[in-house]
Amino acid sequence: MMTTLRRIYMALFALYLIGPIIVITAVSFNAQKFLAFPPRGFSLRWYAAIFVENDWFAALVNSLTIAAASALLSTAIALPVAYAAWRYGLRYARALFALGIAPFILPPVIMALAFLLFFSSVGINGLMANVIIAHAIFLLALPLVTISLGLESIDKALIEAAQTMGASSWTVFRTVIAPIAAPFALAGFAFCFVLSLNEYIIALMTVGFTVETLPVKIFNALRYGYTPVIASIAVLFLLVNITVFSLIARFSNLARILGAMD
Amino acid sequence: MRKSSLSRYVVLIPSSVMIGVFFAIPFALILLVSVSSPADDADFRLGFDLQHFERFATWFYIERALFSAGLCALIAAISMAIAFPFTYVLTTFKRRAQDLWLIYILAQLSLSEVLIAFSWQILLSRTSGIGNIMAMLGMVERSFAMTPSAGAVIAALVYLTVPFSVLLLFPALSRMDRSLLEAARTLGASPVRTFFTVVIPVTRPAIISGAVTVFVLTLGAIIVPQVLGRPQHWTLSVLITDQAIFNFNMPFASALAVVLLALSASVIALVSWLGRRAEA
Amino acid sequence: MSGLIIDGITKKFGTVTAVEDVSLTFTEGEMICFLGPSGCGKTTLLRMIAGLEEPTTGSIAMNGRDLTQVPVHQRDIGMVFQSFALFPHLTVGENITYSMRIRGHSRSEREDRATELLDMMHLPGMADRRISQLSGGQRQRVAIARALALNPQIFLLDEPMSALDANLREAMQIELRKLQQELGITTVVVTHDQTEAMTMADTIVVMGKANVLQSGTPMQIYKSPVNRFVADFIGTSNLLPARMTGADTAQVGDAALHVGTNAQGFTTGDEVVLMTRPEAVFVRPASESAPQNAIKGRVTFVRDIGATIEILVDCDGHEVISVLTPKDWPDVRIGQDVHVEMPKDACSVLAP
Repeated sequence: MMTTLRRIYMALFALYLIGPIIVITAVSFNAQKFLAFPPRGFSLRWYAAIFVENDWFAALVNSLTIAAASALLSTAIALPVAYAAWRYGLRYARALFALGIAPFILPPVIMALAFLLFFSSVGINGLMANVIIAHAIFLLALPLVTISLGLESIDKALIEAAQTMGASSWTVFRTVIAPIAAPFALAGFAFCFVLSLNEYIIALMTVGFTVETLPVKIFNALRYGYTPVIASIAVLFLLVNITVFSLIARFSNLARILGAMD
Repeated sequence: MRKSSLSRYVVLIPSSVMIGVFFAIPFALILLVSVSSPADDADFRLGFDLQHFERFATWFYIERALFSAGLCALIAAISMAIAFPFTYVLTTFKRRAQDLWLIYILAQLSLSEVLIAFSWQILLSRTSGIGNIMAMLGMVERSFAMTPSAGAVIAALVYLTVPFSVLLLFPALSRMDRSLLEAARTLGASPVRTFFTVVIPVTRPAIISGAVTVFVLTLGAIIVPQVLGRPQHWTLSVLITDQAIFNFNMPFASALAVVLLALSASVIALVSWLGRRAEA
Repeated sequence: MSGLIIDGITKKFGTVTAVEDVSLTFTEGEMICFLGPSGCGKTTLLRMIAGLEEPTTGSIAMNGRDLTQVPVHQRDIGMVFQSFALFPHLTVGENITYSMRIRGHSRSEREDRATELLDMMHLPGMADRRISQLSGGQRQRVAIARALALNPQIFLLDEPMSALDANLREAMQIELRKLQQELGITTVVVTHDQTEAMTMADTIVVMGKANVLQSGTPMQIYKSPVNRFVADFIGTSNLLPARMTGADTAQVGDAALHVGTNAQGFTTGDEVVLMTRPEAVFVRPASESAPQNAIKGRVTFVRDIGATIEILVDCDGHEVISVLTPKDWPDVRIGQDVHVEMPKDACSVLAP
């Protein structure tokens, strides 16, 4: 009885999660210009459109560039903070750490407005660098948390062991700390990349009128009616997300990053 | 010794500058602008003027704030309630199956709100959604659109937040000592009773903090209420965007943002206070 | 001067004194065990020898070189940690030759040394294994091999057996002792297990709250512990309250006993504790004539475990244990009145 109930529940839950994705996937293969489910005919033209139609492709390139650059910047800002907080327990570093977590906890529209006010006040408007910095700060919590999880997984005895075998501070960092923490830093980078790619409101408010990212372009397109290209982008993005997280699961410890014990 | 402890601070300079300039200053700017005066030749003039908060203190905006809080509380409750049993079962899966589910959950969690709103728009549309399927199955005579409606907003917002709920519950449930359940069973509790008398009480702190996080997260939703709801379903976040982007009223947008901030902060503070009191 | 010299070492953590004014001298090639309950400062003392903690005052010298100000990575030591602290991101071979790699030894040199050490530790052909594939016993061997890779001046081990199964421990204690004797390396082992200390050490240093209580060979400490704490900690002992009636006589209850060892020179009237070891105590039925140097008691339990027999006797509210071999077994039963014979040489008196 229990198992049946449990199976039914799990099936319904899975259907709720995956159902909309199935519909969107079906729509994206539609041969017609209007949206239809079940699809009429089969075609990959809406996938081709992302790469062939200039405005969609430009938005894709913008999004990918911003995501890669902001993830890199965010990880670079997070590394010394997480390291100093862990290795030396500096109170200043821990305060910086808490400050770095804050933007991600607040409703994103608040940070979006803050960045809009800041960049217009200093008179630097519409540069791609603006949204790169804004995303790096907004998503800073992700590399901060993953990197400190990685560092905390290092038994302090490993460092002492290396020292007793003749390793100086720098050698310890290079041969023990960095290799163990690297997959976690990479995971932080990947989380940042994916969330930047999908982020809407901050991209809109910082550079929405000059540099169009894919989510901004999709929202703008939604006002003028639907096109199956949006469905194909949704599927593409989901695939990118799945690929990135699979890589994290393969090369890092996903369950640990998400807070389970190993 | 002294020399190296100085260098510990030196490596923090670039990060401090980035966080200070691009988080602390913009954040302070919101507070400043929310009490500034409007100006003809600029977005705002700095000063101390509470007129934007006075404008907020009218029934229209207060009603919006209350609606936002109520909607978010509802979403948090539904989202946690349906995610809890799933996560509980998920933690009993083998490592590999768990990883596959977690990958999917993360992928959906990261999916842009724009795309989720779009997907639900399609799913609830007349020509290519649930209505269409029901008509084909003969359950209804002819297909119909299910948007815009409050139901559509709720369904999509729960969809948006459910992956977060799963991930917020996952640590506590996967670290829970399984022998507690076996102990309850040997003492005569049925699986259902065990679930309600052991699993839920043991993971209560995670449930509470998870619900708060989902609440704050839902406060940030912008696209779903616009695309799937009517104007009466708009939340504070939508109004802030509207004021900032389309009305160019930065002081009022900032004042609304301060209200939103206060709302989030007070809920977080209230719940953590309740949590501490329960522990003591 | 060769050997390890610890001179007036004190270590304070805030207001807590972990080690207080400890001075010890050991000759080169000695195997030393720091023995004591948890929190006695033995690990802190070891970590100061390693350079992982800085002493508050005092100095440490090895083979004539003052190490006190030398940072840990320049000290030429090999250390085995309680958790073994093997690097999870390196293979067995890479772990063992870590100290060589960071000093720039060539790959072939490292591989040869890894093979040599793995053979020595009875782990041939394991160089390419991952640490997660090893059992607890194998991990310990790898940790030992890694510490010895560059023939350090001093070999330090922090509770090296605590992560092993009980039956593996004894075998490893003997193996470690043999290895140490073969290499002739000055070795310090921290342990809370007295059997381990007795098995391996040339010198045992018994520590109680932050200071050294007694230091000497295992037999010296076993036969004449300086006080009740050491007696209790090393082996099992029978402790009876007594009062001195002369330089070598004491009154226990209504019995007058001759005392073999009065190392601290107690005099008439002093309240003391009379200590005997269980294997030096004999039990005779009360029906027989009273032997020399005996007290009265009643048998409360007889535990026959084959190789030995333990007889528990209640003597006026104090428990006395006698451990005998089967051939000496007196025919006594639970509840029977007995004489407990404590030969003069077996009796020593300690501070209460």
